[in-house]
Amino acid sequence: MNTKKLLGFAAFLIAVFVLVPLFISATGRWDFFYTLTSVALLSVGAAGVWLTFYIGRINIGQGAYALVGGYVSTILVTQVGMSFWLTLPLAGLFCAFVSALIGFPILRLRGVYFAMVTLVLTEVARLTALALPITNGAKGITSIPLPGELSIFGLTIIPAFGSLSNPRFGFYIMAVLLMVITYLVLWRIVNSRLGHLCRSLQQNEELSASIGVNTAYLRLLAYAISSFFGGIAGAMFASIAQSIYPSSFVVADSVNFMLYCFLGGLGYVFGPMLGTFLLYFGWDLLSIAKEYQLLIYSGVMILLMLVLPNGVLSLLDKKEGSK
Amino acid sequence: MSPILQIKNITKRYGGLTAVNDVSFDVNAGEILSVIGPNGAGKSTLFRLISSFVPATSGEVLFNGERISSLAPHKVARMGVVRTFQETTIFRSMTVRENIIVSHHLRSKASLFGFFLGSKQAKEDEAAFAASADDIVDFLGLQAIRNELASNLPQGHLRALGMAIGLATDPKVILLDEPFAGMNHDETMKMVGLVRRLRDERGVTVLLVEHDMPAVMKISDRIVCINFGQKLAEGTPQEIRENEKVIEAYLGSEDAAIGM
Repeated sequence: MNTKKLLGFAAFLIAVFVLVPLFISATGRWDFFYTLTSVALLSVGAAGVWLTFYIGRINIGQGAYALVGGYVSTILVTQVGMSFWLTLPLAGLFCAFVSALIGFPILRLRGVYFAMVTLVLTEVARLTALALPITNGAKGITSIPLPGELSIFGLTIIPAFGSLSNPRFGFYIMAVLLMVITYLVLWRIVNSRLGHLCRSLQQNEELSASIGVNTAYLRLLAYAISSFFGGIAGAMFASIAQSIYPSSFVVADSVNFMLYCFLGGLGYVFGPMLGTFLLYFGWDLLSIAKEYQLLIYSGVMILLMLVLPNGVLSLLDKKEGSK
Repeated sequence: MSPILQIKNITKRYGGLTAVNDVSFDVNAGEILSVIGPNGAGKSTLFRLISSFVPATSGEVLFNGERISSLAPHKVARMGVVRTFQETTIFRSMTVRENIIVSHHLRSKASLFGFFLGSKQAKEDEAAFAASADDIVDFLGLQAIRNELASNLPQGHLRALGMAIGLATDPKVILLDEPFAGMNHDETMKMVGLVRRLRDERGVTVLLVEHDMPAVMKISDRIVCINFGQKLAEGTPQEIRENEKVIEAYLGSEDAAIGM
């Protein structure tokens, strides 16, 4: 990392951990914490979708893993009595494991065929949640206790959320922290050999195999990491909402995850983060247009894809090119 | 000379169509062997069979006595049998140098996780790959275009890049699919020289499929001629040139086609 990037990263950290909370407490708009928490968590899920794009697969199934992750964490907390902080990685790992099982057959598919199967996955997850006794059907699981204290060797790292005067602020910090870690991991993947191989896979799978890349394994690995992100995002969501239903994540959410990636830019690691932010707030802002909200929203999306097919972040590239 | 690659009674059927029918021949270590034949004779299928990109219906391919048919393509590549592609297949949105560096994958000693963490071994690997990539760039004379995006390259350079990608895997046997296609005389002669140097300087055994008869006659130690999926003849360029069956297969244009 060069100095410029380090400075940018530091500026980002200061903005999200200091400036935004200061701004919110100054204006008293505490609901913004909730909105920004959602943005941060959705962008964690979108990071996963972006990684599957990076190996050349269109993933419209992240909602399924978010739902599975949410249920796994919730069930472990409510029925087993496990600490939420332990269930968070477990939910991710469970999703990674499930996605490896599912991915093994379906990752052979390409293009629109893979996309269609993943689209169905979200619906399968919803129907499964409706049918299983442990997920409590359509009634879902409610009154999930807030995350407790996380301490190692008696040292409190995260205080119990119930004891906080403002749990919303606590969730905001946790979600943003999760987002920062996720994108650091993603950034590292993309800039290491792992990412270079993913790129080779995206551009030409046959050639990739002929230079000795185990393409099946690499696809599976990328998909599992992708689903891990989806799982932890879902788990955190369920904990914040203190409830989870089969309809917590539906097909529309899966599609949104994909749109976040498109909007931000598929060629940029931080594309999905920006895309999530813009789209989430864009949608809220458009609520002033009342019944025309969806129309304007869709129109703008189509326009953006026509004008900026490589995402919003491609604007930066153009600037640099003209220098 | 001992055979490095043995093709034994290999057959490939697609439904009712037999693309390759009971073909056998040996490739000796350190030789340049060409497979020739009219259009649709099954040359490309044969190549796909040898590199294990398609499974054989029957028969087998042995590399140093070990069976490689039915292995996954990346495993065949790992053993040292690497193909280049007819369609000038490359990683289009990478630069020439990136293409070559990424193709060093087989030589990496660090694990993917090691690369993720940036371990000492991973850093050493990356440095070695970069050095080797520059070496290959020099070997193939690609210095001027090393930082050019692959999608911007003209045909001739693309083919050289394809060869560079193959070389990066450190192959023992390289399969070149029509390396001279679409080239003019000068370009072909340059390529012939390059393929020779591949063998002479890097000790790579070369197996190539080609249409361009003058080039094949010039470059090959031995030639295998196939037609309608079957082997017609095998021998030195001189023997092939005088073979009745081969002349018949290229009937009507034998003089021009065989390059006399």
